[in-house]
Amino acid sequence: MKRVNAVIVGAGAGGGVVAKELSTAGLSVVLLERGKWYTANDCRKDDLRNQRTTILGNAFGPEDEGNPRVTVDAKGVPHVVLASESAYQNDAACVGGGTLSWGAQAWRYMPQDFKMRSTYGVPAGSSLEDWPISYDDLEPFYEKAEYEIGISGDYSGTPFHGPRRRDLPMPPVMPNLEFSILEPAAKRLGLHPFHLPMARNSVPYNGRGPCMRCRWCVGFVCETDAKNGSQNTVIPVALNTGNCELRTECQVKEVLTDERGRARGVAYFDSNGHLQEQLADIVVVSGGATESARLLLNSKSRLFPNGLGNRYDLVGRNLQGHHYTGATGYFDYDTYDDAGPGASIAISDYNHGTPGLCGGGMLANEFIRLPIHTLNRLPPGTPRWGLGHKQAMRDWHRRTIAIMGPTQQIPTADARVTLDPSVRDKWGMPVVRISGNVHPHTFEIGEVQAKRAEAWLREAGAIHTSVGAHRPETVSAGQHQAGTCRMGDDPKGSVVNRDCQIHDVDNVFVIDSSVHVTNGGFNPALTIMAVAYYASAALVRNWKGTGFHS
Amino acid sequence: MQSSKNFLTRRRFVAMGALGGAAVAVACTSGRQGDWDFFSEAQARTLTAICDQIIPADDFPSASQTGVLTYIDKQLVRHFRRHQDAYRDGLENAEKISRKRFGREMAELSSPQQFEIVSALEQQYLDFFNLVRSHTLQGYYGSPRHGGNRNAVSWRMLGLDEPPLRGRAQYDLRKGTHS
Repeated sequence: MKRVNAVIVGAGAGGGVVAKELSTAGLSVVLLERGKWYTANDCRKDDLRNQRTTILGNAFGPEDEGNPRVTVDAKGVPHVVLASESAYQNDAACVGGGTLSWGAQAWRYMPQDFKMRSTYGVPAGSSLEDWPISYDDLEPFYEKAEYEIGISGDYSGTPFHGPRRRDLPMPPVMPNLEFSILEPAAKRLGLHPFHLPMARNSVPYNGRGPCMRCRWCVGFVCETDAKNGSQNTVIPVALNTGNCELRTECQVKEVLTDERGRARGVAYFDSNGHLQEQLADIVVVSGGATESARLLLNSKSRLFPNGLGNRYDLVGRNLQGHHYTGATGYFDYDTYDDAGPGASIAISDYNHGTPGLCGGGMLANEFIRLPIHTLNRLPPGTPRWGLGHKQAMRDWHRRTIAIMGPTQQIPTADARVTLDPSVRDKWGMPVVRISGNVHPHTFEIGEVQAKRAEAWLREAGAIHTSVGAHRPETVSAGQHQAGTCRMGDDPKGSVVNRDCQIHDVDNVFVIDSSVHVTNGGFNPALTIMAVAYYASAALVRNWKGTGFHS
Repeated sequence: MQSSKNFLTRRRFVAMGALGGAAVAVACTSGRQGDWDFFSEAQARTLTAICDQIIPADDFPSASQTGVLTYIDKQLVRHFRRHQDAYRDGLENAEKISRKRFGREMAELSSPQQFEIVSALEQQYLDFFNLVRSHTLQGYYGSPRHGGNRNAVSWRMLGLDEPPLRGRAQYDLRKGTHS
């Protein structure tokens, strides 16, 4: 197989951006993706089988068959879990990764989110740390992501976000009924509501039309291709350069290294199950926080007996996502107008600055609910079955508003990905084993956030509310998984440097959510993309032709 | 290349689906009852009684009237294969309770008697009850493509247009400034 300049493992939010940036800079690129390439035609509107509701399986990968993981419960007992079970902590396996079927909230983190340790100190038992780069370093790349991916929204209602040079490229999607109910209530409470940013066309943009406000949004491929992800933005641009080849259904087995400790490419199983080698000057690992960690840990050799980049036992640690809490409000009039995407209004008043709390998170109304989702949002005390349950569905499906938010997690070194010693996937490779828990202070913040959500709903006129602030006994990673290959200046305290380059192997990069030191109080995808643009710029700057040396 | 190949495959798949749908429709109208993938006739009768207690008929149909059994039956040989034993045992237990308390098959009992048996299942066999409850609700409120929620009847019950109309309907100025 022809040697190329760069082989990228994973065509999600990070890998897609890197593929575009390297191929437009003239490098030859092979982009490997373990899943398939779905398009708008694959929107089946299947309420029971999509990427959010996986009762009948994951619509966009991985399949249950042959892709097990192991999760360790609070008592230390390991369980084999299927890809469609929540304990699996799945994101997706397809071209576009999570950004194919996401809700498409496309947030910038706030300046403090990159300085959590200096802002709050280190809570006992946590591994809280600052990023080696700042919001100001990333700002131009956030802007680039917002324009190249296509983001609608309007931050002008909030004074809490960092400075920006340009407004978002598109106005917000037209507000829905929930927005018009929640906005005045938030203002009465002295809060600063605004139109949350979304990777969704509100007007024609980038050659595709606007959102038609349908009911099948988060978890689905957008039927009209108005939702923007790497699969319909940067990856097509990369392919159009002629410098990038995308190979789907290719599962990478390991990063290959030579006797001097430099990477020479990857070994992977192709779509026919045959083991192949793709040699390259540089290897970019972009598989998401769980699978990227697995790949590095599975890449063992004489020089790297514990896996690549794992000299100090750091690969896989600090696994985090978001701790979602909030409240549901019940109204005595219809709050549902059957207009997607539903999520429309947010506040970031509570992300930072509460005495006694290390951070917080944004709060926003939830995505449009399908009937199958209302089953989980009926008021406490509703009969579990019978006519009373049926009547409750009729009473409340159109009369509930949910406000939820991603509480920024306080990371711990014990929440981690390792390799399971016995369970193998269908290619015979050791699978991800997930263990550890969320730091208790995260739960405390989440409980405060839930009460704030409840207060907002009460002010908006909810006649009943119910608070959702559970304390799960396992890590939360899932679609917002991050942190397993922490970025830092100190090789003994981090896996990659500020350019996403593995400290002790200069031609291997990790460019995805794995490098997030902390994960902000916001959905992480736009930050993954901004970091990918930032790291790609450094990579191209240091590129000196075949035989890359930084 | 990749996408055009997928597209052809998908079209073929859709065409096959349409044929399959026609075949099912013929089977139903010709009165061929009991053509289950998993259940025996007796099991289907028992499950009908249970499902129709979980979602009884009122102004809108009961669970079984909208095809919930078809949904469960199809999935028990597909995604729910791991639940086959639970259904075999659970339905047998329901019948044991029925015969012990009333001396008859559950399907022959009155609705209050069936209610009593489902309540007993909830108390004595909670795992099975929860499984059937979840599957019944999924079949009734989920996508019609899997055999339940026939003609999207539960969505209509909740006041949702099916198929949903888009365009002008979303910009009715009489509703005010929101869409």
